[in-house]
Amino acid sequence: MKIGTKTLKEGFAKMQKGGVIMDVVTPKQALIAEKAGAVAVMALHAVPADIRARGGVARMADPAIIEKIMKTVTIPVMAKVRIGHFAEAQVLEELGVDMIDESEVLTPADEQFHIDKKKFKIPFVCGARNLGEALRRMNEGAAMIRTKGEPGTGDVAEAVKHVRQISREVEELVSFQKHRGMNFAAGGIATPADAALMMQLGVDGIFVGSGVFKSSHPERYAKAIVEATRSYGRPEVVLKVSKGLGDAMHGIDAKSLQDSQKMQLRSH
Amino acid sequence: MRVGVIAFQGTVSEHMRMADAVLGSGSALAVRRAEELDDVSAAIIPGGESTTIGRLMRNSGVFEKLKQLGDGGFPIWGTCAGMIMLAKEGDGQMRRTGELLGLMNMKVKRNAFGRQRESFEEELELEGIGEFHCVFIRAPAVEKVYGKCRAIAHLGKYVVAAEQENLLATAFHPELTNDLKFHRYFLEKAR
Repeated sequence: MKIGTKTLKEGFAKMQKGGVIMDVVTPKQALIAEKAGAVAVMALHAVPADIRARGGVARMADPAIIEKIMKTVTIPVMAKVRIGHFAEAQVLEELGVDMIDESEVLTPADEQFHIDKKKFKIPFVCGARNLGEALRRMNEGAAMIRTKGEPGTGDVAEAVKHVRQISREVEELVSFQKHRGMNFAAGGIATPADAALMMQLGVDGIFVGSGVFKSSHPERYAKAIVEATRSYGRPEVVLKVSKGLGDAMHGIDAKSLQDSQKMQLRSH
Repeated sequence: MRVGVIAFQGTVSEHMRMADAVLGSGSALAVRRAEELDDVSAAIIPGGESTTIGRLMRNSGVFEKLKQLGDGGFPIWGTCAGMIMLAKEGDGQMRRTGELLGLMNMKVKRNAFGRQRESFEEELELEGIGEFHCVFIRAPAVEKVYGKCRAIAHLGKYVVAAEQENLLATAFHPELTNDLKFHRYFLEKAR
């Protein structure tokens, strides 16, 4: 018997499809949500509009109240934890909530890292504004993604923006794969190790220009970059071809450029 | 042959994908209105939240139509929430689900194995199908079957798959696997 698998976490998320998940603060509100046909309730200590109005630090709800809500309704009960606060998540897993929302509605506990969600048996949902954010959360183990929107404002515009952004990026990705099927790296590649880096990041090939011809020895650089592109996964080869090449192109720190000087901004 | 998937909530696209894989692309139809059941020769009630699916079935008239059809020999298969809908009786939690189709002679217990933390995957031997990878998510289970209803799979003290002539119910989710065996079994039966 297997428990806490990706299939079970994502399976739970799929069971919610087509449904409405409702924020509730009390068991009484949970009953109202269940009767209205909500597929699940989200237990929190105050709804986002109140969190916004009250100010201060917003944290995980009182487990005693979450437990009461779990006993009150038969539909799944989810609850929110602060971003990065894995100990709050451990408490909720112990309590047995059905899904955890690692939520920007509460005050973030970690400014850099989200929770390593793969370590948990119960599934997580996380907010995202774009495909990059969504994929980062999924890589951390999130079973479901929701847009962030701007909670507690009653203004749907931000949620619309995020849904459109993610859909557009997914469409672009799909059509990119369908029509082009490949992606080469270009712009700023100047050493054999640069070429190996891009190849290991998953590109299909390399464009190089100034990197070769603005170096002290263009012929050596040309050969070395070709060899490193071919053998990008073998550091011993990249090492060999990197030795004694002379000076690489002097270059410019790209961050020191004004927008008006940037070639990458010439099209959108 | 076309099969309808009751499409209010839950694993609708998953069932349609599996049915299309068995019958050919375009064979599965998403059913949201009672008259759409006239265009299909079998129906699947998917996994999801039984309270929600039940309410939307009743509001749309799909409930009445499906009950009549099921009584008259029309093949229906319910997975998880769908199993709950097909049952004649249930435990205390089931009474809160609202009116059931009541087509199958079985008593069902909701969330029989616990909450999501207790959800599990298990290989089980299914009568007439063979070994199958079963995915249980906050799953219900059958406490007893009677009359023409018979068990086709057991787990501990529970029945987790049951068959009654034209009707089929599973506590687990074949639609969350890539194994077409169970969909093939149902659709063969419906042919």
